[in-house]
Amino acid sequence: MPTKPEAARAPRRAEHDETLLSIRDLRVHYALRGSSLARLFGRDVGTVKAVDGIDLEIAKGEVLGLVGESGSGKSTLGRAVLGLAPITGGSIAYEERRIETMSGRALREVRRNLQMVFQDPSAALNPAMDIETAVGHPLRIHRLARGDELRRRVVDALERVGLSPADQFLTKYPGELSGGQKQRAVIARAIILDPVLLIADEPISMLDMSVRSKLLQLMLDLKADLDLTYVYITHDLASAKFFCDRVAIMYLGRVVEIGTTEEIFADPKHPYTQSLVGAIPDLDPDRSTPRDLPRGEIPDAASPPLGCAFHPRCPQAFDKCGWESRDLRVLLESHWTTVPEAEYDAERAIIGDVDALDLPDHVAALPAGRGHSGGDVERVLDTIHAADPDEPFWRGVRQRRVVDAGVGIDFHEGEDPALRPAGGVQVACHLYPPPGDAAGPPPQPKE
Amino acid sequence: MSTTGQDVLSVRDLRVWYGTERGAARAVDGVSFDLRPGEILGLVGESGCGKTTLGRGLLGLLPRGAFVDGDVTFKGKPMPAVASKEYRALRGAELGMIFQEPMTRLNPLMRISEHFEETVRAHHPGVSRERVRHAALEVLRVMGIPPTRYRSYPHEFSGGMRQRLTIALALVLRPAFIVADEPTTALDVLVEAQIIKILADLRREFDTSLLLITHNLGIVSEACDRVAVMYAGRIVEIGDARQVFRSPQHPYTQELLRSTISLSTTGLSFIPGSPPDLVDPPAGCRFHPRCPHAMRVCATQAPVPLEVAGGQRVECWLHGPESQVPPGGGEPLHVREELSVADEA
Repeated sequence: MPTKPEAARAPRRAEHDETLLSIRDLRVHYALRGSSLARLFGRDVGTVKAVDGIDLEIAKGEVLGLVGESGSGKSTLGRAVLGLAPITGGSIAYEERRIETMSGRALREVRRNLQMVFQDPSAALNPAMDIETAVGHPLRIHRLARGDELRRRVVDALERVGLSPADQFLTKYPGELSGGQKQRAVIARAIILDPVLLIADEPISMLDMSVRSKLLQLMLDLKADLDLTYVYITHDLASAKFFCDRVAIMYLGRVVEIGTTEEIFADPKHPYTQSLVGAIPDLDPDRSTPRDLPRGEIPDAASPPLGCAFHPRCPQAFDKCGWESRDLRVLLESHWTTVPEAEYDAERAIIGDVDALDLPDHVAALPAGRGHSGGDVERVLDTIHAADPDEPFWRGVRQRRVVDAGVGIDFHEGEDPALRPAGGVQVACHLYPPPGDAAGPPPQPKE
Repeated sequence: MSTTGQDVLSVRDLRVWYGTERGAARAVDGVSFDLRPGEILGLVGESGCGKTTLGRGLLGLLPRGAFVDGDVTFKGKPMPAVASKEYRALRGAELGMIFQEPMTRLNPLMRISEHFEETVRAHHPGVSRERVRHAALEVLRVMGIPPTRYRSYPHEFSGGMRQRLTIALALVLRPAFIVADEPTTALDVLVEAQIIKILADLRREFDTSLLLITHNLGIVSEACDRVAVMYAGRIVEIGDARQVFRSPQHPYTQELLRSTISLSTTGLSFIPGSPPDLVDPPAGCRFHPRCPHAMRVCATQAPVPLEVAGGQRVECWLHGPESQVPPGGGEPLHVREELSVADEA
């Protein structure tokens, strides 16, 4: 488990020095259900590690961005802080009080200070509840206001989020509002309890381009007026760059890079961050350049890659990144998308069943097909190697053993990289050996 | 069928109106453009400007009761009536569509092979499995889907792979024209970039013309040859994508580009207000209530389409023609209506 509490104190801006929220080794694991029979016999069907050992400190007044693709665990992390996702392990402290152990009144009191803005405003508002009721709901639940006082505070919140004149909106139902207006109502509901921390989960991604900047401006204004701290969850790096003081890049339940926005965008260190930054389409047609995109998609969290979770997609991966049997299957399949049909049919016949490769292991056996020998399989592998000798996969192969029944491939034992300081940021990647580690990475051509 | 040098699609004064209780909603109101073979035309604009209606209108995928008028020429011949047999023969074979949500376009109970068999046989009944497989593997290869997955079911694929599958299905009959309506909106950043790259490379492999509907201007800048900017049912600017992005001529295009958040954004700007009600759009130029440069003439007379120096066609009085502007029409319009911040899409 790559948890290094002392290393978790990522750099942050000097003006934010009062820690508001402190997350230690937070884990949210979901047990997979499987069939009822499997449960009856207690067979382990696996767990999804949605959040897997995250350390974060959020300072008062800062905007921390949680950035990643879907499946990276960014939303689960945000929800876990509010107690909306079950915590498997680790701790969350709000102003040094541990919230994961709280209950009842104490928890309710803390909750007042932590509010959430959801991605889909249509789903976050009850369609049968008018705006006055919806926005005032938190005040009633916490029994903080009623009657005229309640209405006064609802009107105040609506005016603050730009839904003015508020009288026009009080009696409206969500269905009568536009997407942007609904999201404003959701924000009004989130600020009505005068919270300290707002967790905004993709607050603008469902909205039209021209409305996004209006909502972002609103959030900036509210931050200044109400002295808010934000956790901004997004997959949109452009808005994160503009909006956040610090950014944590997440991949498959882990933070893979964290640092000030300035440094992360000026000099992205993790290959994943590099590809995310590179993938943003540029508005300036003169600047857009052809890009090397990482192949594939975020892998299944129920059975993550061995070693570094990003290694199968990483253009810079090398021997200790955790190569394994499933990578061999991907190699074969992507090779087969480059050859003509006849060649594929011929090669497919040489190689036997590849389904066995789906069990993750540092040793893989590639069987020969009926009527073929290990030598034939070896020749196919040689062809693939010759076609693309720079393919990172080959850096992970320790040795190949040709036998009659097929080819055995031993991979280098991988290692899951923990967060370590690199420059002014923290990064979880073997390209940046931890301080004191004499054995550095092999020289890698880095663009 | 060779169409070298000839426009694949030629649209003249296309109108699509929907009946509503309050009157006709003019979702597409007099749109004209041409599409060359292998060309990618980006169609951008805010929600509610008629982009999707235009795309679906061209493919005859409109709801019952929609009123369509105008001339559409496909490969030099008038497009047959939507309900006709000739039209059905074109759709799928010559006209394709790629949708936003791939999973809603794939049947979860059918193998990928069966999807291809159904698609191909709808137009070429009795084609052998072998030949379908051959054609399918060819497009799947271009989409980067390994042939080993040909017999899999849709749920065995990731989101990005599913979108590649729907693209492959749209391409298997080699249509001359495809409408892609927000094909990457449901996808992640990296997968989106992968799909955009595939779409941008289509012309090399298939010579297919593409109408790419998107609200993401960055995608247009990356992938499109030309761009059409739509506002309230009309194309207000159309031209070479690089030229339009480098020097946008219509105030709407300028404001749209300025309000887009990109990596170089250092301050936020936005267009006040929202696109108008299509049942009762503003008189004159439909953008004038939100336009920072509105003049008197803009509030009374619809602007004339005009080719400007950069080569793009623009509908805006700022570019003239002077001769048609009435005396005093060039005065700034001071009554730029007070727009509430919350009055937005």
